[in-house]
Amino acid sequence: MAENTVVQDAKAVKSEPLFGKKEKKLLLDPLNDNNPITVQVLGICSALAVTSLVYPSLVISVAVVFVCGFSSLFTSLIRKNIPKQVRMIVQLVIIATLVTIVELTLKRYNFTVYKQLTVYIGLIITNCIVMGRLEAFAMANKPWRSFLDGIGNGLGYGVILIGIAIIRELFGKGTLFAGSPAEWKIIGPTADYMINTLADGSWFGWYANNNLMVLPAAAMFIIGVFIWIQRSYYPKLVDIS
Amino acid sequence: MELFNIFIKAAFIENLVLAYFLGMCSYLAVSKTVKTAFGLGLAVIFVLGVTMPVNWVISEKLLSEDGWFGVDLTFLRFILFIAVIASMVQLVEMIVEKISPSLYNSLGIFLPLITVNCAILGGSLFMVAREYNFSESIAFGLGGGFGWFLAIIAIAAIREKIRYSNVPPALRGLGMAFILTGLMGIAFMSLMGIDPTALTAGK
Repeated sequence: MAENTVVQDAKAVKSEPLFGKKEKKLLLDPLNDNNPITVQVLGICSALAVTSLVYPSLVISVAVVFVCGFSSLFTSLIRKNIPKQVRMIVQLVIIATLVTIVELTLKRYNFTVYKQLTVYIGLIITNCIVMGRLEAFAMANKPWRSFLDGIGNGLGYGVILIGIAIIRELFGKGTLFAGSPAEWKIIGPTADYMINTLADGSWFGWYANNNLMVLPAAAMFIIGVFIWIQRSYYPKLVDIS
Repeated sequence: MELFNIFIKAAFIENLVLAYFLGMCSYLAVSKTVKTAFGLGLAVIFVLGVTMPVNWVISEKLLSEDGWFGVDLTFLRFILFIAVIASMVQLVEMIVEKISPSLYNSLGIFLPLITVNCAILGGSLFMVAREYNFSESIAFGLGGGFGWFLAIIAIAAIREKIRYSNVPPALRGLGMAFILTGLMGIAFMSLMGIDPTALTAGK
């Protein structure tokens, strides 16, 4: 294992810009071509049930970006000192420590969201993206690149999560960012909403919230459709299985 | 009878996969054939059934303020839970390798990955959040494992059949698996009306 990393380091020794083409690719690739959710199928587990509202999804996305980035950074810093047999445990301890920091911070500063997310904050530990990136990238690459790779994958995850949450909250509840300080009420039956379906002469008298979107199953359908759209535009991603 | 209620509730009404989406990674990746799905399902039942009571002892006796040490150590919860789960999975791996090498080979990387199967850690965290006692935690672990087992067998069987259907190319494989899971989730929701207490009371 030590030999491997030494060889790779030797290749990367030539002085490279701090933020060149390769770094940009690391950061942007996971947003589409190599998206953790729709292409690598990692990390679906921990957070789909929170996507019924945008605000908690936003919080958990930020948490994942933080954990993913810094666990990659720390693992990469000590990668030459980790014996191969216990690397899983070492990685898990790093991740668990970071997640504990996130949990305690959230408990202190935003208790309502902490209550809403309940066990899902703890489940970031078992989020396969974090672990997967450590195994696949951070164990063999330099700290700065690993950090960018972690951030990129966290962002790719967050984009999908927030995309699902926007669709589910808008059609399921008629609001956006409910529960946050900046709550938008888009469509609903009272005067508080931007589009009041019951106002005189309203064109939206027929509109009712779609209760399917509140159910967890809706997240599955939406991801299925996301994958469908993405693979229609990028046929190279299609796997025959 | 209280325990039976918890078992039924964990297995059917609050199914870990279909109601909470826990353990999706291995659920989607290993569900291509029924045979491997069966083996992985059994392994998950075992790991959940064992880790749950062990983690209960840890969280109630070691970490809680009323425990043996009398100090509030709950911030260590994640690390200790994960350590217990990792060692249990190691144990299962050794047993499977000994008993059925063919199953061991076909499960491959996904056997150690049970460690990061969210259903296991999620089960333990739900147990803490719902304040179960010791025997309830065993029933919850076995029930949750059984529910996971059922779900993965069902999706594997459907995926084996759907391979011969005319699915749009872009939706083939992964996309279809997601939509199927959603449909199964809705089907399982019809069990939500069941009131286990009424069932066991003989009403």
